[in-house]
Amino acid sequence: MEIQDIIKPENLVYSKSKLQVDVISHYCPGCSHGVVHKIVSEVIDELGIQEKTIGVSPVGCAVFAYNLIDIDWQEAAHGRAPAVATGIARTNPDKIVFTYQGDGDLASIGAAEILHACNRGENLVVIFINNGIYGMTGGQMAPTTLVGQVTSTTPMGRTVELNGYPLKITELIAQLPGVHYCTRQSVHTAATVRRCKNAIRKAFQNVMDKKGTSFVEVTSTCNSGWKMTPVQANDWMVEHMFTEYPQGELKDNDKKG
Amino acid sequence: MAKVRGAVVVDKEGCKGCGLCVVACPQNVLALNKDVNSRGYHYSYMANPEECIGCAHCGLVCPDTCITIYRVKL
Ligand SMILES: Cc1ncc(C[n+]2csc(CCOP(=O)(O)OP(=O)(O)O)c2C)c(N)n1
Ligand code: SF4
Ligand code: SF4
Repeated sequence: MEIQDIIKPENLVYSKSKLQVDVISHYCPGCSHGVVHKIVSEVIDELGIQEKTIGVSPVGCAVFAYNLIDIDWQEAAHGRAPAVATGIARTNPDKIVFTYQGDGDLASIGAAEILHACNRGENLVVIFINNGIYGMTGGQMAPTTLVGQVTSTTPMGRTVELNGYPLKITELIAQLPGVHYCTRQSVHTAATVRRCKNAIRKAFQNVMDKKGTSFVEVTSTCNSGWKMTPVQANDWMVEHMFTEYPQGELKDNDKKG
Repeated sequence: MAKVRGAVVVDKEGCKGCGLCVVACPQNVLALNKDVNSRGYHYSYMANPEECIGCAHCGLVCPDTCITIYRVKL
């Protein structure tokens, strides 16, 4: 059989979601952000909520998310996405509102905003990209940086004496009564991409059903900031990040008694 | 003989040559081209097209959604 006989519309099994704007993204080659954007686009499309969804983009490499996914967006000041999203969701109860935030944005400058929004149980999806550093500004240490991890501000590796411990903010958030669903996923293999998509779909469905906050961490790579190839970065993430940030569900109130 | 055949089409100009699809492919179909696209990236291509089973692993992991996948049952 010739390749031309296979490449026909009736044989199509996978293609770009129509919600993904047809531009080349600003992300570095191999960056996890791109995979998560793709999943979010597919989920919004499959749930048929393109016209009802409002994203709140962060400060960080995802600052231009509004150029890449064809829905309504609002850009927030650094770390303030959960506060902005609270306002949008409360004044537009018929809309599906989500924030998309990096670990510098969410766990550092925006730690107060995310904890209080989740504690209030705001009806939001939170997509949290934990790549362990500040990607956009040149790979500085973040609260989530691992002990011993080399960054541009910890050239000898993070130490507990100087920098304290990695902040497991997803574990903190899972404890809050306002949080309905909290999970930690990754997107480095086909199987984990599928699993992460199921988690993100569930989070959006929860908000459509007005169940309160649904929080999805995606343990991610920033190969540029980590000074690795994309393939090395995925391997490094599995070897080092997954011990500190164990994968899987932390909370699902649907499964309660 | 395989019961399915697949084929992928890589958007040559969109590809950033990250290589994640190459390692995701269980059939060793993909490789990075020694040629580069207009932005200087060694874009991915089907080096072993006969081996493709259309599993879509490459498409799922591609951060730039450059891979369109087709599959036929034989
Ligand atoms: C108020 C304020 N402080 C600091 C900055 C500088 N700044 C821009 S992005 C960023 C951190 C981004 O890191 P993260 O949220 O982890 O996202 P990533 O780029 O890794 O995806 C910082 C500190 C800013 N833009 N505004
Ligand atoms: S700097 Fe890091 S987080 Fe930002 S686009 Fe590049 S790889 Fe992604
Ligand atoms: S995963 Fe996508 S961007 Fe990366 S080499 Fe393959 S086709 Fe190109």
